Amino acid sequence: MSLTTESFQLIIKERLEASLVQVEDMSGGCGQAFAVIIVSPLFQGKNKLMRHRLVNNALKEEIAGIHAFTQKGFTPEEWTAQGGSL
Amino acid sequence: MFRLLTSRIATPPRAYGFVNTRFMSNEIKDAIQKAIDSSKVVLFMKGTPEFPQCGFSRATIQILGQQGVDPNKFAAYNVLEDSELRDGIKEFSSWPTIPQLYVDKEFIGGCDIIMSMAQSGELAELLEKTDCLVPEEDDGELDIKPAERG
Repeated sequence: MSLTTESFQLIIKERLEASLVQVEDMSGGCGQAFAVIIVSPLFQGKNKLMRHRLVNNALKEEIAGIHAFTQKGFTPEEWTAQGGSL
Repeated sequence: MFRLLTSRIATPPRAYGFVNTRFMSNEIKDAIQKAIDSSKVVLFMKGTPEFPQCGFSRATIQILGQQGVDPNKFAAYNVLEDSELRDGIKEFSSWPTIPQLYVDKEFIGGCDIIMSMAQSGELAELLEKTDCLVPEEDDGELDIKPAERG
């Protein structure tokens, strides 16, 4: 089953206990390239590499099935500190 | 666009999953370790530094150039030339995407991480600390000129 922005967003939200997930489809609709922003308390105390690994592991099958994946992860505190709303 | 499409049909996502779950041979493991040991800054990328074949690899190469990485301390490996390397490096680093950057034999991350490290100044700090940058030109000139006159 190919991913849509909506289905991917739900998967990420659930698996990473995210308070906010933004998914942008950069493929032009074929469902093969996504850019995501994830705000989750699970990132607390983790550096960038650890955050990416956490996301990569949680989304292993999804990432393997798509062509391009780019991610940014923030804790809720970091997100609101830079002016984002939850 | 067309080439992307045909290659996707030839190797559907399921096949990737299968390849990823296979164990990597020791031979490939050794070859990858050797590649990582071959230079201070090692990039596994799609295409070559001159002709990157993926936007993420291109962006990464550009950043490393802007940071002033010493070409003598840099090696790039094109995963598109070798399917064993392409799958092997993903398992080796436990990282699902290309490009992948190693500095001083240590895995640093992919394009997203490198970009954000470049913005925050962490990358410059790391490259400086591990002595991976081109030596300052001014210092070199100062050293040479008095010697030539003498």
